[in-house]
Amino acid sequence: MTIIEKILANKSKINKVKPGDNIWVDVDILMTHDVCGPGTMGIFKEKFGEDAKVWDKEKIVLIPDHYIFTKDKYAMRNIEYVTQFAKEQEIKHFYKPFTDDYKGVCHVALAEEGHNKPGDVLFGTDSHTCTSGAFGQFASGIGNTDAAFIMGTGKLWVKVPESIKFQFNGKFPTYVMGKDVVLQTIGDIGFDGATYICMEYTGDAITELNMEERMTICNMAIEAGGKCGIIAADEVTKEYLKERGVTDYKVFNSDTDATYHSTYNYNANKIVPVVAKPYSPGNVEPAEKLSHIEVTRSYIGSCTGGKTTDFIAAAKILKGEKVKIETFIVPATRNVERNFETIKIKGETLKEIFENAGCKIGPPSCAACLGGPEDTFGRTHRDEVVIATTNRNFHGRMGSIDSKVYLASPYTAAASALTGKITDPRKYINKIEVGIDE
Amino acid sequence: MNKIKGKAYVVGDNIDTDQIIPAMHLVYRTDIEKEAKNYGKYAMSGINPKTIEVPFIEEGRYESDYTIMISGKNFGCGSSREHAPLSLEKAGIKAVVAQGYARIFYRNSVDGGFLIPYESKNRLIDEIKTGDEIEISENILKNITTNKEYILGELGDIEGIIKAGGIFNYALQNGFMTK
Repeated sequence: MTIIEKILANKSKINKVKPGDNIWVDVDILMTHDVCGPGTMGIFKEKFGEDAKVWDKEKIVLIPDHYIFTKDKYAMRNIEYVTQFAKEQEIKHFYKPFTDDYKGVCHVALAEEGHNKPGDVLFGTDSHTCTSGAFGQFASGIGNTDAAFIMGTGKLWVKVPESIKFQFNGKFPTYVMGKDVVLQTIGDIGFDGATYICMEYTGDAITELNMEERMTICNMAIEAGGKCGIIAADEVTKEYLKERGVTDYKVFNSDTDATYHSTYNYNANKIVPVVAKPYSPGNVEPAEKLSHIEVTRSYIGSCTGGKTTDFIAAAKILKGEKVKIETFIVPATRNVERNFETIKIKGETLKEIFENAGCKIGPPSCAACLGGPEDTFGRTHRDEVVIATTNRNFHGRMGSIDSKVYLASPYTAAASALTGKITDPRKYINKIEVGIDE
Repeated sequence: MNKIKGKAYVVGDNIDTDQIIPAMHLVYRTDIEKEAKNYGKYAMSGINPKTIEVPFIEEGRYESDYTIMISGKNFGCGSSREHAPLSLEKAGIKAVVAQGYARIFYRNSVDGGFLIPYESKNRLIDEIKTGDEIEISENILKNITTNKEYILGELGDIEGIIKAGGIFNYALQNGFMTK
């Protein structure tokens, strides 16, 4: 069996499952946020009763993150609603906005706060819930109705997915990031190439990646239609979990004779920086072939490209330079934001590097990745052309229907910020090879 | 399945959830009717105006004149927002007929009982025009305007959930949960 088949079999207490089987699984964690939480909670109350209790108050993780720093009255009302629900239900893990408990973007916070565990089944009311697959677990996005069902019962039916294996042998060049890796694979299989399918990433180049880079890869499985993305847990995973006090989990690996929908083999050394052009994440081309395209904004943030690793990459390029176009920096979480002040490159903190380069730094949240209310930090309002480390370049995705979004790695987004055109980060290869201060 | 009859609205491939309902509108409560009707008002408001001939909904209205949406490949890709099938339902869409769906949209449509996601092997966006009168009965789609018939894919496993009106009713009827 594949790793995902083994995890689902274990959580449905069946010895063997195969793709296409409809099974009921026990859920370890249900994650929801301010945009889909109120709808989920409303359905929960309607179906189970006003006074009903959730199936397990310790297994629901509530992370408001989408519309936080806005004056939108509905958005604020929704935060009050989920706050009230958390209080009524005594939800243990509620990361409340405007308090010290606030974290930021849910998928990154789940990892940082130790909610991700190998072997677990995690559902979330957000399509990028697949991010958590980086920890060798089943993690998938669902709608409010399914989430309300879990809230009341702790179970959900799933169809066991087939898997596509993406095997990366060798070593990724220093200028290639997880973002390039996942964009390359989405480009190869197409925007709907993994519909219903689990995207399994493996090979010695993948095991060299840190957890945040693995999260970037699994994060975008949904952009190829994937049900989930997964990378088996290894020593890197265990070390990350140990730092967060997480020790009780079960590690699964695919059998060597497991059956796959298809297998793609890559020489990691040959991967190059790539960009997805509007209006599909599968519309991928090497960055160097797009050097004629002028951009008016660079945006570095989101669950995909707003983690500490992403900002270290951007800072390497931006250090000692001035941006040529407006550049927005949005840390995914408070933790990432704190790292801005402690991580240094040649004596300068990330924050100082960004400020000295002329970037605008916003508070941690989903911010303009999905447009959002009119007053959202970094949202587009005109015909901006944005190079972004985010995950979607759909029509109007970052706000204005006339704006365009090109998806790229933090290296590429930062390099493009310096030139005003889409720029292959190899132009700044000497900067990339500088490390952070010990 | 009950017969569905009404006007068709034809869109292209890869209709994503940001086109179906842009994220700025995801703030309205779905359980308060006077707010929830905004999802009908803004349904399909994110679509590229250059790709359509007539608006899905006239300015200022909450419901569309169209009942059946005809699309190409990968309908509903992107976000897990259940507001996407909900907004189509609020606007008056009873069924979507597409060559294929993104998984979460498909599941949300069925489990939430919002609309019926029919699949068609034929590329009906080349056969049907916006405004054509359509009738769907079981898995036969009849274009009354052109007097042509097409066979749609069987609903299969999900038919029971659709007939029950969503996953909760289905689970209650089949003993997977008790109220």
